Amino acid sequence: MAARKFSEPPSSEITPADVYLNRRNFIRAGLLAGTAAATGLTYRFFNPQPIQQTETAQITNVETPKTESGVGDPNLFEDITNYNNYYEFSTDKQAVARKAQKLITRPWTVEVGGLVQKPKTFDIDEILKFPQEERTYRFRCVEAWSMVIPWVGFPLKSLLDQVEPLGTAKYVAFETHYDPKVMQSSFAAGIDFPYIEGLRLDEAYHPLTILATGLYGKQLPNQNGAPVRLIVPWKYGFKSIKSVVKITLTESEPPTTWNIAGPSEYGFYSNVNPEVDHPRWSQATERRIGELSMRPTLMFNGYADEVAGLYDGMDLRKHF
Amino acid sequence: MNDVRFYKLLIGVNALMPLGLLLFDWASQRLGPNPIEFFLRATGVLTLSFLLITLAVTPLRKLFGWNQLIKYRRMLGLFAFFYGCLHLITYSIFDKSLGLSTIAADIVQRPFIAIGMIAFALLVPLAITSTNKMVKRLGGKNWARLHKLTYVAAILGVIHFWMIVKSDILYPALFGVVLAASLLARLMWLKRPAVQKAS
Repeated sequence: MAARKFSEPPSSEITPADVYLNRRNFIRAGLLAGTAAATGLTYRFFNPQPIQQTETAQITNVETPKTESGVGDPNLFEDITNYNNYYEFSTDKQAVARKAQKLITRPWTVEVGGLVQKPKTFDIDEILKFPQEERTYRFRCVEAWSMVIPWVGFPLKSLLDQVEPLGTAKYVAFETHYDPKVMQSSFAAGIDFPYIEGLRLDEAYHPLTILATGLYGKQLPNQNGAPVRLIVPWKYGFKSIKSVVKITLTESEPPTTWNIAGPSEYGFYSNVNPEVDHPRWSQATERRIGELSMRPTLMFNGYADEVAGLYDGMDLRKHF
Repeated sequence: MNDVRFYKLLIGVNALMPLGLLLFDWASQRLGPNPIEFFLRATGVLTLSFLLITLAVTPLRKLFGWNQLIKYRRMLGLFAFFYGCLHLITYSIFDKSLGLSTIAADIVQRPFIAIGMIAFALLVPLAITSTNKMVKRLGGKNWARLHKLTYVAAILGVIHFWMIVKSDILYPALFGVVLAASLLARLMWLKRPAVQKAS
């Protein structure tokens, strides 16, 4: 075949081989670096949130317990304040600390009413004047992780006594503050707000049941349910409702948020019970935050001696 | 280095990047209060991501004519398998302390574990038959038929993810939408075969 004639560029315009190869290598290096940086940024966008350092005021009137609590070493303050379920802000436990900084906790009132002799709206400063004591409790989440937390607070009973519940009151209903302007959870969060919870009156009166106002001797950080929350240590964590604004004494069992969202998965009682599994996962073991392997979950979260009597004769499989 | 080898390197570097960052974050205690849960979630999400990227190769080729992509599909699939292995190993060691009987009980009692295990089991023969030799041995048609199991694994993977979230279904739903789109695209092309371009 005859060589076809075509116009050749002058040799001065031909890129020398080494320049061409260099340029290719340069582009390749750029592609590698560029895509790796983009992948890294994508990872950072979806992944660990930096630890949020939270500073709150010291609580001055705390009475520290004279005896050891026997529940083990408390978890680190950084862990307790950076791993929170507070669905109003985010369904990502590690994103709540940052997002909850928008919560406004002053002024704050808690309206206590319903079937009571003397309904009363408590200002947060009045609540902080109740004699405060340190209570180090185990905290067991329904998601099978747990912590040990040194709360500061006072028995719920002290507050209820002031409003004098009527004889017809059998239950206590609680409600969390809801401000959609600062609480911008995922539209797919899957539960209704405001968050509501409830206890039977005898559970509410139990000496282990407290209203917590602080942890580690300081006022509650927002992400942990500032300025005042319920703590019921023998029940799964979601019963211990955060940032309470309303307490109502009722005659019949009040509706509760997670029970509405999943009636077959979250009962009204929700006592910690290693023998009754969540329909989708086991409750027999738990991961204590800070530990690598799982540890066995204790009946009533280790408070069986104190609270088992409340449920005498009840089928705990049925009343889960 | 020729182009194919370079692009394989490029994909490899980017695919291992999340693992490198996860290990770095773990070592420097930046995975948060529950690093095991975090690692478990992340490897699960990465498995699903690579499965969906693998399944996106064909639609992308047809849409944009990027036929070269096919050369990297097996590699992408193997990264899905790789992260799936890490996910399963993390669960077995830290959640179950390598107790085979407790793992077996988990499979029987928890549908979401059973579904995840089946999805992983489906990936095993696909990973084994991913070499050039095995493609030849099986013959292209058989090989392609066998590797349709990827669809099943991806569907089961999305269901597995959906079942474990407590109530916020945003992320599993997003994976579901991408998967549905890539499956729907295939169905449409099946009905109306693409016109072969003369070359």
